[in-house]
Amino acid sequence: MLGFSLRSLWNRRFVAGLTVTAIGLSVALILGVERLRDGARDSFANSASGIDLIVAPRGNPVQILMATVFGVGGTGTGMTWESFEWLEDRPEVAWAVPIQMGDNHRGYPVIGTDGSYFEHFRHSGGQPLSLAEGAFFAGDMADAAVVGAEVASRFGYAPGAVIVNAHGSGEVSFDVHDDAPFTISGVLAPTGTAVDRMVFVTLEGFDALHAQEEASLVDPLDPSALLAEDHADDAAHEAHEEHGEHESVEAGHSHEPARINAVYVGLSDRAAVLGLQRAINDRTADPLSAVLPAVALAELWGITGTAERVMRLMAWAVAVAGMIGMVVMLSATLDTRRREFAILRSVGATPNRIFGLIVTEAALLTAAGLAVGLVLLTLATIVTDPILSARFGLRLGLDVLGARELAILGIIFCAGLLASLIPAYRVYRMTLADGLSVRL
Amino acid sequence: MHPLRIERLVYRWPPAVRSTLDIDALSLASGERLFLYGPSGCGKSTLLSAIAGVVDVPKGAVRVAERDLGAMRGGARDRFRVDHIGMIFQVFNLISWLSALENVLLPCRFSPRRRARAGDEPAGTAQRLLDELGLSGPFLASKPANELSVGQQQRVAAARALIGKPDLILADEPTSALDEAAKAAFVDLLARECAAAGTALLFVSHDRSLERHFDRSVDFEALNRSAA
Repeated sequence: MLGFSLRSLWNRRFVAGLTVTAIGLSVALILGVERLRDGARDSFANSASGIDLIVAPRGNPVQILMATVFGVGGTGTGMTWESFEWLEDRPEVAWAVPIQMGDNHRGYPVIGTDGSYFEHFRHSGGQPLSLAEGAFFAGDMADAAVVGAEVASRFGYAPGAVIVNAHGSGEVSFDVHDDAPFTISGVLAPTGTAVDRMVFVTLEGFDALHAQEEASLVDPLDPSALLAEDHADDAAHEAHEEHGEHESVEAGHSHEPARINAVYVGLSDRAAVLGLQRAINDRTADPLSAVLPAVALAELWGITGTAERVMRLMAWAVAVAGMIGMVVMLSATLDTRRREFAILRSVGATPNRIFGLIVTEAALLTAAGLAVGLVLLTLATIVTDPILSARFGLRLGLDVLGARELAILGIIFCAGLLASLIPAYRVYRMTLADGLSVRL
Repeated sequence: MHPLRIERLVYRWPPAVRSTLDIDALSLASGERLFLYGPSGCGKSTLLSAIAGVVDVPKGAVRVAERDLGAMRGGARDRFRVDHIGMIFQVFNLISWLSALENVLLPCRFSPRRRARAGDEPAGTAQRLLDELGLSGPFLASKPANELSVGQQQRVAAARALIGKPDLILADEPTSALDEAAKAAFVDLLARECAAAGTALLFVSHDRSLERHFDRSVDFEALNRSAA
């Protein structure tokens, strides 16, 4: 029966091929959407691992999470260094990493932080960041920069290269800080998270860039400008003096910026997280939000859920269209095949066998469609993986089929068989009525 | 054993009031060749459908190889048909996307009895039948059926009806698409092959010029009281 069905389909290979392609496309689309969704969720969840709380100027938790962990968008105006110190001194806080944002390097977000970032940041289930080349912020180099794997590979950066950042987070920047270059000290190993797309500079370097900007904004015609510039210098001197003081107390922060954008917090006791969150939210001096990454992620999925559902709905709609295409193809050929069925009956095929023939053909078409779909998915993954990982930090990878995906394939296969019952039943009725002579 | 025995067969197509068939008696002996003639539309094809078990006939009216077709259910009749009856139609006898040889082997695919009676190697038997019917050469046998001429197609259909030595061959105007010379040659060939296989042949046609190739001929209009 199988060989017979194959021959029969081969006889109609053009239309059969189109049907298989349609089913294959829908399979690839459904699995692709699922993988994209899972990839996005994994990538996001991986990026936020190891951080117990993200503290930022009061704002929306999702926005804070997106800005700090994924470098998309920004947080509020900034929080004071005093707040950071207050946070750092809390007994339940094991570590705190200051974060500054707002600049970009050729479209990639620039993060101002200190060495503790590399020490405490975890990704993909608890792995620490490691270097592919060079070193983290070495010594007292204020102009040191560490770049993510993707930034390095895209622009061919290696330790020693000098880079220039721009203000704002857009990809096209006109306001380039070319007067404040950084020297790359290290290149991070790939993580598959947003870190790959980031450029890390020291707090001092980040600030220096903006201090110069403020200075250059001074109106040269204003007689007070010179005075102001002096003040700026004074402030810088003061800051340096102050930092000298602090260095002796605490080795961590070699530079204390006036304002930062966020703090990553790790707790010594995770049970204290809600208490600390309340304490932060209640603080009136500097309005802050303490974001639990997992909660913010759940909120994010709540927001993207509708879009995901629409995507999946569309993918399944394409699958239904593919199935309808198959039913149309099988049904449309029935009239021209009536003679064939009559001949088969005359040589002993029962109407049941002919019914089975149609169902077998549908099974073959659907199975071929599934195979084509997997091939298309693989090809699409190979082609789009570099683009997705470059633009969105998503890595799909050529995984083997999971249980869920096998279930989806099973559902599509069963749907194909079910759909074929319609033309098969028509054939059954037709062969019974036609008998051995076809009355066309 | 009688390959075919009909007694008091009355049949009418379901919505019709008048019966199409009303036959008192008709039988074929083993290996007998019967020519049944009559004008088009007199119910000859309906009779063949009744013998082939495609239409429901009353119990006891039609016996093929001494089995009552009226007592069998649909699926059983289908299987019984291919075991005992070979069929040749007017036109469009073959499955176009199978080769000549594969078309010949179709009954063996559906009937274990026919396969068993086709010898140890059904493909060899099929090839031999094609050779005897003048379709020699592997090239011709492996050709798709739709690339054969009508005459060649009818000979392939004859080989398909003959393979596995069924008890009875029903031929429904198989020569109507052939020219005069080809007609006589085809009927002659068919008659000889049936004799060699010991198969009875019921040949239905409106063309009485073919009568001389048969043991006996019957006027369908005289046989069928409904037609009168």
